[in-house]
Amino acid sequence: MLYFSDLLQYSDVFFSGLKTTVELTVLTTILGVALGTVCATVRQYGNRASQHVVSVYVELIRNTPFIVQLFFIFFGLPAIGMMLSPWQASMIALTINLGAYSTEIIRAGLASISKGQVEAAKVLGLNFRQTLTRVIFIPAFEKIYPALTSQCIIVMLGSAVISQISVQDLTYAANLVQSRNFRAFESYLVTALLYLGLSILLRFAFNALGKRLFAYRTSN
Amino acid sequence: MKRLSKLLSKTLIIAASFSALSANADVLQDIKDRNLIRIAVPQDFPPFGSIGTDLKPQGIDVDMANYIAKEMGVKIEIVPVTSANRIPYLQTQKVDLVISSLGKNPEREKAIDFSTPYAPFFLGVFGSKDVAVTKVDDLADKTVGVTRGSVEDLELEKNAPKSVNIRRFEDNNTTLTAYLSGQVNLIATGNLVAAEIANRQPQRAPENKFMLKDSPCYIGMAKGEAALQAKVNELIQAALASGELNNISMKWLKAPLPEGFGA
Repeated sequence: MLYFSDLLQYSDVFFSGLKTTVELTVLTTILGVALGTVCATVRQYGNRASQHVVSVYVELIRNTPFIVQLFFIFFGLPAIGMMLSPWQASMIALTINLGAYSTEIIRAGLASISKGQVEAAKVLGLNFRQTLTRVIFIPAFEKIYPALTSQCIIVMLGSAVISQISVQDLTYAANLVQSRNFRAFESYLVTALLYLGLSILLRFAFNALGKRLFAYRTSN
Repeated sequence: MKRLSKLLSKTLIIAASFSALSANADVLQDIKDRNLIRIAVPQDFPPFGSIGTDLKPQGIDVDMANYIAKEMGVKIEIVPVTSANRIPYLQTQKVDLVISSLGKNPEREKAIDFSTPYAPFFLGVFGSKDVAVTKVDDLADKTVGVTRGSVEDLELEKNAPKSVNIRRFEDNNTTLTAYLSGQVNLIATGNLVAAEIANRQPQRAPENKFMLKDSPCYIGMAKGEAALQAKVNELIQAALASGELNNISMKWLKAPLPEGFGA
């Protein structure tokens, strides 16, 4: 027998968990992609020393488990006097993580813009700002947009582990409810469906944004 | 038919002698007569009872057993038991006393008798010295770390004021790490866990702020042994008065007996 009605009294818990997950996802997606854009630009066009710094950051984050990064920030940093709340620690860890992965994705996009295209822009009299946005970044993002979307969704789903440091996110809600009424099947099924819904919503949001950003392409 | 009646009478004789045994038994007298007390202690539950580096049993329960034997002026035989077989050992008269971190509950009280408590065992809120908390209402607006789904989690949720910020962690170790790293300055846990922190990190030894659920340890003995029970209680009271119990608590739990213990 299944008892989904046992979950009803905990709807507040689920709702506030959902809210935390959405808040963190929106914030870290914006900050993480911004961080990735800056780092990718530096890695593609910066001087040698700054390229080096960025690649150390990218390799360090991409080759260590997220939960270790999170525990280091939350449990490790207090030893050198940096005390962050669970929410702050998660926000920083997720942003840094997404930043590293999106750096590599966006760099691939930038690498695909041929030098000739930039030179052509110059010849046609486009100014620096126009060249940067219309000739370099928008076409570069368009090429890697599906990969970037997937990465943001992966990070959103990966945020489930922040419940380990007591952030009251959606997974925390599921674990808490499950520890109270022992309805593991129901709690985790509902939670899985909520995550699925969030993923679909996020993909929708990205698609809508993409339609606007790459509007010049809609003619073909 | 003859064989059957023979068997029957034999059974009756055995049964009769058993009931005579239990009716006339005075374990305290037996202990004195044989100049030996047999006491069951755990060997797998530090700090109550474990095997030390010298391969000898050690712990609160072992110290308590030695104290009882010494005060009675008899030799001691330490019998290692597990938590599952400690009461059967008593019921089958293989031991005279069980000093094995035994808690009291109605089912057990039907089977055996208990002394007064000799060691503290409780769930409580612990914290660093600088946090001023002495009762559950003082937790208002404070942050407390706890292991999710544990008994202390449920007790805290039931008793603490609404404004308390409960941070729930995945397991005991994560809760401990949160306390040791300073992410939380109060934790709800058992006094054994608090003692373990005091062992590992004396500079951040948590002190007990108040109790959530008290379940002290008692010495168990066979039912109906009034003389033995009186003697054991007398010895526990003496140890409480002389500070011996407190010394044992300080030695193994790194904390004094809670206020009003044994009262």
